[in-house]
Amino acid sequence: MKRNVLLVSFLLGVLLLAACKPAVKPSGNGDAAEPQVLTVMTHDSFSVSESVISEFETQNNAKVSFVQSGDAGQLLNRAILSKDAPMADVLYGVDNAFLSRALAEDIFLSYDSPMLEQIPAEFKLDSRNRALPVDYGDICINYDKAFFAEKDLVVPQSLGDLAKPEYAGLLVVENPTTSSPGMGFLLATIAEFGEDGYLEFWADLRANGVVVVNDWETAYYTNFSASSGRGSQPMVVSYGSSPPAEVIYASEPLDDAPTASLTGKNMCYRQVEFAGILQGTQNRALAEKFIDFMLGKSFQEDMPLQMFVYPVNPEAVLPDEFVKYAQQPAEPASLDPDLIAANREKWIQAWDETVLR
Amino acid sequence: MRQSYVDQEPVKLPAKLPSSLWLWLLPAVFLLVFFFQPLAAIFGRVGNQTIVEGIRGFNIARIGQTLGFTFYQALLSMLLTLVLGLPAAYVFARFDFPGKKLLRTLTTIPFILPTVVVAASINTLIGPNGWLNMLLMRLFSLDTAPIQFINSLGAILVAHVFYNLSVVIRLVGTAWVQLDNRLVQAARVLGASSRKAFLEISLPLLAPVILSASMLVFMFDFTSFGVVLLLGGPQNATLEVEIYSQAMYFLNLPMAGALSVIQLAVTFLIMLVYTRLGKKSTSTRPQADTLRRPASKQAKAFVAVIVIALVVAQVLPLVSLASRSFTRLEAARGERGEVQTGLTLDYYRQLFVNQRQSIFYVPPATAIRNSVYYGLITVLIATSLGTLAAFALNKPGKANRWMDPVMMLPMGTSAVTLGLGFILVFNKPPIDMRTFPILLPIAHSLVAMPFVIRTMKPAIASIPANIRQAAAVLGASPLRVWREVDLPLISRAVAVSALFSFTISLGEFGATSFLTRPEMPTIPVAIYRYLSQPGAANYGQAMAMATILMLVCALAVLLIEWLDSSALLRN
Repeated sequence: MKRNVLLVSFLLGVLLLAACKPAVKPSGNGDAAEPQVLTVMTHDSFSVSESVISEFETQNNAKVSFVQSGDAGQLLNRAILSKDAPMADVLYGVDNAFLSRALAEDIFLSYDSPMLEQIPAEFKLDSRNRALPVDYGDICINYDKAFFAEKDLVVPQSLGDLAKPEYAGLLVVENPTTSSPGMGFLLATIAEFGEDGYLEFWADLRANGVVVVNDWETAYYTNFSASSGRGSQPMVVSYGSSPPAEVIYASEPLDDAPTASLTGKNMCYRQVEFAGILQGTQNRALAEKFIDFMLGKSFQEDMPLQMFVYPVNPEAVLPDEFVKYAQQPAEPASLDPDLIAANREKWIQAWDETVLR
Repeated sequence: MRQSYVDQEPVKLPAKLPSSLWLWLLPAVFLLVFFFQPLAAIFGRVGNQTIVEGIRGFNIARIGQTLGFTFYQALLSMLLTLVLGLPAAYVFARFDFPGKKLLRTLTTIPFILPTVVVAASINTLIGPNGWLNMLLMRLFSLDTAPIQFINSLGAILVAHVFYNLSVVIRLVGTAWVQLDNRLVQAARVLGASSRKAFLEISLPLLAPVILSASMLVFMFDFTSFGVVLLLGGPQNATLEVEIYSQAMYFLNLPMAGALSVIQLAVTFLIMLVYTRLGKKSTSTRPQADTLRRPASKQAKAFVAVIVIALVVAQVLPLVSLASRSFTRLEAARGERGEVQTGLTLDYYRQLFVNQRQSIFYVPPATAIRNSVYYGLITVLIATSLGTLAAFALNKPGKANRWMDPVMMLPMGTSAVTLGLGFILVFNKPPIDMRTFPILLPIAHSLVAMPFVIRTMKPAIASIPANIRQAAAVLGASPLRVWREVDLPLISRAVAVSALFSFTISLGEFGATSFLTRPEMPTIPVAIYRYLSQPGAANYGQAMAMATILMLVCALAVLLIEWLDSSALLRN
């Protein structure tokens, strides 16, 4: 009989736990009108300061609710599949590699935000302003400064240099079929060597012992020699903003970054991230305000340290760490989104045959 | 004699149709709503698209190759898991030795760990700059690491054994404890060697449960995603990895759909074959005391070898992982080779600080509470529904030949595909994934339920019918028979089911990330947040969070075992 008592008390405990389940914060503050809820769909890497969001919420008597939906690919899939019954008012996190697909699926409404005139033309890739640029970043090779200093080795000056014997076995890249920095780097090589030449370059890289892994986490934390994993390769495909992140998130205060980016011509691929108002929103006016807010100074200045990306609005002031430790390429690689959309699979398949089989 | 023990005919209850139908009701409704509905939706949608567009890049040779590799690595992984798991189960079931409880608890922990963390911990042991390679390089003054392990089939196998060993130990071990020892003793008295007694008595009696465990391990390996992606490298893709990259990177849903159908069909076939094989049942009775300390030299050596193997395979990676959460992991700069290390609690302290003032910051206590909350709900759903289904499957009936494999399908279903189905179906009230509070534990329960069924079914089948009959003859009501005969005999299996349901939920299997709600972050979510950015502090905090996850798991395992043993003692 005691056993039953135990069982029952266990079940009661579960119920109790279920009952006192973390309550979602009470919304609304009594006397004011009930705030309007705006739902924003993002990828998992999205982050923002509490104070910045509450600034928007108080200004507009709104409550912003975020839905995070996996990586950029998962996010876009989700938006496309739920097109008829959209799960959010605003979507943030489509990059230029996926842009054509998002536009072709017609998930966004056009919005000619007044803020757009502050944004440089190079970022405005959709002429109808369905997808509005919010931030950008460069996919670059990071290198282990200590390794190159100790070996007295000059860092590669161009993508072509990477195939030279002195860099044999020193580079780790991500697989473009499973990783977006991997895809970005592949696009950089296509921009540099052209559709006819990139496979030859990759064949040379392969002969030179390039290491391919499936995801950024493994490349950076397992293979890269300057990260906490202390791997074997002193060069990794990562982001131009990774060196300042190494300083900000060091376990002991550092006076210099342990890594730096290679920023020669076409060595970095520029990734632009977009936001848009989803078709079928019931909160269009508020969604427009939120897009304006994302392009405004406080949100733009908040992004670098939250997501390690650059603001598209030139009026936003960069944090010191970015100025000091991040290198920006003078001539980043870029490709026409429509060209990418048309050839993405063909390129990846050919890459796969050349490098992996 | 033996025959009558092994193939006991289930006694037919008076022909009342409803009894098994009632048992099916809840599990079937659950599966229809949360499994078949989203699956049908996504396949319908993808099917339409396929008819319109055709399948881009459909290459039958390539798919065959992937399927072949998926099968091959799952089979090898399963066999390896059995090779180490069966002796370990025997040692746990038959011997008592110091530290046994601790060791058994520790062997359960790998099951819950997110793959990113496992990859990191395996890497600290046998990666290019892991302990083992460093040691070998120093011993033999080599210039390069002798063990090139990451990105190989070997890495996949080791990780699969690491993950699934506890399944074999728990399932087979539990059955072994309850094995009717009189049979072995009788055989020995009649002159059989211990080897012969094992081969001809114990092994056949254990066969159903060994088959169950093998099946589960095989299915986990067959649909393995994270391990293959992170440790197997780009050359070794399983079907699930291929589905993921087709759906998420090529946005080629027709192809992903076709691959999912293949995976599902293969799962169903395997399960069908399995259910045909696994008809026998084991005879058990509650065993008071079959544990003994190893007496002979041989036995001592055997136990020692197994314990050492378990420590190396299961415990060492955990220790090395936890040790990294206390170690300064500054990348060496300037003076290379002089790696600065020192003990620190900084990472744990930093966990409590919202350094970035981010709206998505997860306080550790919140993450633990949410994980435990989801875990308990998963236990509740999966154990109760799974047990009902297992009882139903043990009733005689032709439908069971089909129902059994059907109930296993969620395990072989691509998590990516099912996730997309969820998006299609659960986007409006009453079940809106943005607000419906328990969709995540429901998804966990889908994975856990087949597990519960495989655990419970042999246990229920082994309840000797004569005890039931005796109780009924003596006037016990059916409910009372269930409470006083069935329940005590299956309480072990219930405990094992609860334990695995909890751990499956805690580890967040497959691609459930799309179901997490930002206001209810779990421990794995917190780990991924830290690991997705560069910086030693992020890495250290991820390891600290993973160590906390291990602790929570260990406590839960101990609690469940305590509940179970106290229930047995009072029996």
